[in-house]
Amino acid sequence: MKKNAYFGLTIVIAILLVLPFVVPNSFYLDLAVRMAINAVIVLGLNLLIGFAGQISLGHAGFLGIGAYASAVLPTHFGWHPLLAMGAGAVITGALAALVARPIFKLKGHYLAMATLGLGIIINIALRNEAQWTGGPDGMPVPAMGLFGFELTNDKQWYWVVALLLSVSVWASLNLIDSPFGRALRALHGSEVASQVVGVDVVRYKVAIFVMSAVFASLMGSVTAHYVGFVSPNFADFFHSIELVTMVVIGGMASVYGSLVGAVLLTALPQALATFEGWETVVFGAILMLSMIFMPKGLVPTLAAKFGKGD
Amino acid sequence: MSMLEVKDLSIHFGGVKAVQNVTFSIDSGIVYSVIGPNGAGKTTLFNLITGVYKPTTGEIKLDGESIGGKSPNELATRGVARTFQNLQICMNMSAVENVMVGAHLRLDRNLIKAAMRFPALKRRDAELREEAAELMRFVGLDKYVETRADAMSYGALKRLEIARALAMKPRLIFLDEPAAGLNPKETIEVDHLVRKIAESGVTVVLVEHDMKMVMNLSDRILVLNYGKKLAEGTGEEIRNNPDVIAAYLGAHA
Repeated sequence: MKKNAYFGLTIVIAILLVLPFVVPNSFYLDLAVRMAINAVIVLGLNLLIGFAGQISLGHAGFLGIGAYASAVLPTHFGWHPLLAMGAGAVITGALAALVARPIFKLKGHYLAMATLGLGIIINIALRNEAQWTGGPDGMPVPAMGLFGFELTNDKQWYWVVALLLSVSVWASLNLIDSPFGRALRALHGSEVASQVVGVDVVRYKVAIFVMSAVFASLMGSVTAHYVGFVSPNFADFFHSIELVTMVVIGGMASVYGSLVGAVLLTALPQALATFEGWETVVFGAILMLSMIFMPKGLVPTLAAKFGKGD
Repeated sequence: MSMLEVKDLSIHFGGVKAVQNVTFSIDSGIVYSVIGPNGAGKTTLFNLITGVYKPTTGEIKLDGESIGGKSPNELATRGVARTFQNLQICMNMSAVENVMVGAHLRLDRNLIKAAMRFPALKRRDAELREEAAELMRFVGLDKYVETRADAMSYGALKRLEIARALAMKPRLIFLDEPAAGLNPKETIEVDHLVRKIAESGVTVVLVEHDMKMVMNLSDRILVLNYGKKLAEGTGEEIRNNPDVIAAYLGAHA
């Protein structure tokens, strides 16, 4: 890691500070909040995919657990939203660990298949348990109260999410350039080499998988409260693919790539509004083209081109 | 007492008996070489002892304690290091980071502390970077410290593996063909390097095809052929052993 890795963080914070004062209207502020939320999820996912080299195709399922925990627990059981959010994260973490342990004993990309299945199962459960979740129609989510005042308007949410994003970028940068992060990158680079220097490969893979799942769950809760409504579409397979696409487009193993990927692909549906119904095809085409022409992703490719460190 | 004892060690891959009933022991502080024709089972033997493969039968003891079937990361905690014949370098990292990974077990690997950038962790990392750069000087890679691993030459990567293994501060190091694919000048440098490692008190087990280097460095030599032990002894004994000469030069030599 180069010393100037943190320089990017100051730029991110600067943009986040200025943005709400330059956006023309609340539509763009809403878009900015969604971008920031996706950016945090993608950061977590990139730690798993880009740095540790493990693929999850079910991250939307984890988002869904967080989102529905924040919807169901306060609505049906009167839990405090923060408590519900924590419960969602704990459930997600436990589920992720339960699935990951046996999977990582196997060599190869079995995690992709397992998470694919898990994501679909979560989605089906959310659709079918209609008495709790509202079924395919979804359900409303109560407002988030924080230390006595309620988060209601987009501006408040913007600052909360901006803070979360800044902290996540900082924590990710720290993590990558630490003994833990080096072990992760090493097991991606050469599993056997990392083992013979003492890295417990299974433990590290499980740890990073659980961490990225919990990230997703927490941001699922945030999204649920922000939007004020959850539906099973939020946890479906297409959303998982969208998140992976953000990682790949932005750049695997690039912190700032995660941000760029999230921002671009969150904005894309707005830009593609005229292709109504064909968005999936366009997403697929973008993923294919980027794999062909920029296999390393946008940020690493550009960084290499202009000779700047990531 | 010998540091490493191997008794009746065998591994079968289906019908292929890659290593068969091999017995030997290695005293602490020596350079011990394993030689033999291609396919004799040298690397397989290394993989068995370092936990990459699990033995079919037989016993491996380190300091009198059985280590057969233990995973590589458990063996690492006991001070066993190795390098690979086919490079196992993390190409997604810089050269110095590859070496730093070698010190994994000596560091605080806590996730939370890492994410929160605890000062003690950063200080230790800064020290480690110096330490790793020092090791790279030791193996002759001073000018590559900040280079990305995927931008380095084959010969340099061979030595980078040795530096990473040394970062573990091992007591026992397995070097699998450290001079393979190197030019004569580089081979002499590796020869000197292995000697320096041995002089620093680390027990060295060496697989190498360069006979000059093997004869030069080794205190004892084990000869394998078709997975079986053919001979064992000092360089002089091996050089004059008729079985060894037959295996290397053909029966009528």
